Amino acid sequence: MIATQLGATHLQFLLQGALWTVVLSAIALVGGGLLGFLVALCRVSGSRAVRLASGAYVQVVQGTPLLVIMFLVFFGLPPLGLNVSPLAAASASLILYVSAYMGEIWRGCIESVPKPQWEAAECLAMSRTQRMFHVVLPQAVRIATPPTVGFLVQIIKNTSLASVVGFVELARAGQIINNSLFEPFLVYLIIALLYFAMCYPLSRWSRRLERRTGFARRQQVVSP
Amino acid sequence: MNLRLDFGVVLERWPLFLDGAWMTLQLAVLATLFGFALGALCAVGRRSGPPWLAKLCGGYVEAIRNTPLLVQIFLVYFGLASLGFSLSAFTVAALALTINVGAYTTEIMRAGFDSIPRGQLEAGECLGLSQRQVYWHVLLLPAMERVYPALTSQFVLLMLASSVTSQISAEELTAVANYIQSDTYRAFESYITVALFYLALSFVMRLGFWGLGLVLFPRRRRLGTPL
Amino acid sequence: MSQPLPSSAAPVVSLRDVHKSFGSLKVLDGVSFEVPRGEVMAIIGRSGSGKSTALRCIDRLETIESGEIIVCGHRVSDPKLPLRALRLDVGIVFQSYNLFPHLTIEENICLAPVTVKGKRRAEARETARRVLGQVGLGDKLDSYPEQLSGGQQQRAAIARSLAMEPQVMLFDEVTSALDPELTGEVLRVIEQLAAGGMTMVMVTHEMGFARRVADRIVFMHQGKVWETGPAGILDAPETAELRQFVGSGL
Repeated sequence: MIATQLGATHLQFLLQGALWTVVLSAIALVGGGLLGFLVALCRVSGSRAVRLASGAYVQVVQGTPLLVIMFLVFFGLPPLGLNVSPLAAASASLILYVSAYMGEIWRGCIESVPKPQWEAAECLAMSRTQRMFHVVLPQAVRIATPPTVGFLVQIIKNTSLASVVGFVELARAGQIINNSLFEPFLVYLIIALLYFAMCYPLSRWSRRLERRTGFARRQQVVSP
Repeated sequence: MNLRLDFGVVLERWPLFLDGAWMTLQLAVLATLFGFALGALCAVGRRSGPPWLAKLCGGYVEAIRNTPLLVQIFLVYFGLASLGFSLSAFTVAALALTINVGAYTTEIMRAGFDSIPRGQLEAGECLGLSQRQVYWHVLLLPAMERVYPALTSQFVLLMLASSVTSQISAEELTAVANYIQSDTYRAFESYITVALFYLALSFVMRLGFWGLGLVLFPRRRRLGTPL
Repeated sequence: MSQPLPSSAAPVVSLRDVHKSFGSLKVLDGVSFEVPRGEVMAIIGRSGSGKSTALRCIDRLETIESGEIIVCGHRVSDPKLPLRALRLDVGIVFQSYNLFPHLTIEENICLAPVTVKGKRRAEARETARRVLGQVGLGDKLDSYPEQLSGGQQQRAAIARSLAMEPQVMLFDEVTSALDPELTGEVLRVIEQLAAGGMTMVMVTHEMGFARRVADRIVFMHQGKVWETGPAGILDAPETAELRQFVGSGL
């Protein structure tokens, strides 16, 4: 580990990979967030059928490893005649995954808006949609901010699984470098540090927000 | 275009799936047991240990929670190899998962310990219980009961996360699916099947934890109310 | 009750010139008092007068800055005092009961005798039955704390302390968290203990009760023992502060 061949070009390659990690995380956040918002609304819908269907969706996605979803999309669709690029496969898988978890987090936030708020809005003769968008959601957003920032850390970490379908983000960039250098411990240590540098500030920020809003819902998610 | 699905050739290989599921379950149970022990000890260390130990436990938690499991597995795998240990993929996988879930357990147990009112500790001390006895009799069980839902969902997520150990060739469920799809060219069917196995395993684990909860927490069994 | 110990002449609890502050706030400012064996002492005073702190110092739940505290021969003011020995001799009952919610009443009572004193479980159960009978809860062995009323929980907490057979019992505003109609049952239990010869120190707001049960009253004000004497001092206070305190009906 003393006389390393690791040079500036390697580091540059890793940083480029890190950039793709950020891009992939952004895609997952925006796409998964939009779909997750829909999931959250469906989960608190007035219709029993919609609630059940969205609940089943969440259960199935949360009961399947993200890695398997990745494989399913990337290797499973082409034989059925649907070719997908590594980026498309990784994005689609992450969006599915994020929507299920984010949807559940946000459902919890919507439901934690005090009941009297709903009732007050009802007494003002607002429709269900009006109540949701004018009264409940604005309050839920404040509650939802800390766990959402916290979940962003999970998203970043989980983009590392895109490496298994050959998308060159940070983890995959590391594997490629390691294949030519064969100094795996050093390479993965650097990768770990780069991930840490991206995730730790977000973790701290999330905790600070949590303290400020006094809202310490335990939302524990391990990275698959 | 071939939209016809053929599960036959995949399901023919059911013994392989069962072997994979068995290994996944073993990984999950081992990592849950050792990870819980590790996490509970770290939570105690963070709370009552000397400053250096509290810092060490805190650093461990942050390091694990802010890096991907995939990278952790590679670090353990290659780190042990560079130190001259040649362990089986299964052992490395179990070790990496234990280290991973230990950090999450530390955080959850810490929240549990913090939720016990100070007066409970004082009452224990005043009855003459030593610090260790206070932890054991007054803190641990009620704390666990309070965070049991969070703990158990963490352990189910750990089982799902064990799929990542296929990347160091641990022959668990996902690795089995990889093998079968390359053997049969039925990728979609293979991964759908394995996804169903994971769903079933999640269900089995939840059921198991529900039963364990009844054994561990007699108060809840009898009264049915949360602590 | 007989007092077979040869040291019965020495006070069970003695505080000498005890000082303690929280930050810049002096909570105990040279507090001294003694409780002889078999006596009941009531500490009264406004909130913030330092009365609860004084009580908690006796069981080393708080440490002091200077002065001397000796309880049942243990030098409590010594930082190296082995706490277990002290706590075997001292029982304390808190305002918020502090029963262990995950244990039944019987388990609550048996915990310390079994784990601290190493008693056999059957023997501990026998003790539990006896002390619960003493506080009138003989039928609640298998209940969990949350199934009992506040008054019952507090009586169970007293039973838990009694099971350790302490030499002195401390009561820290044990009826303050209770609804008025439930205080009576708890006070009756304490009164019985007093009649049985138990040495007790209690911080209380129940003036009628203190007058009836206490052998001696300590009135604390601004971290000092302002006035002390037999229960009669409540009827004829010497200081303006005590007069005002008694008059305010607190």
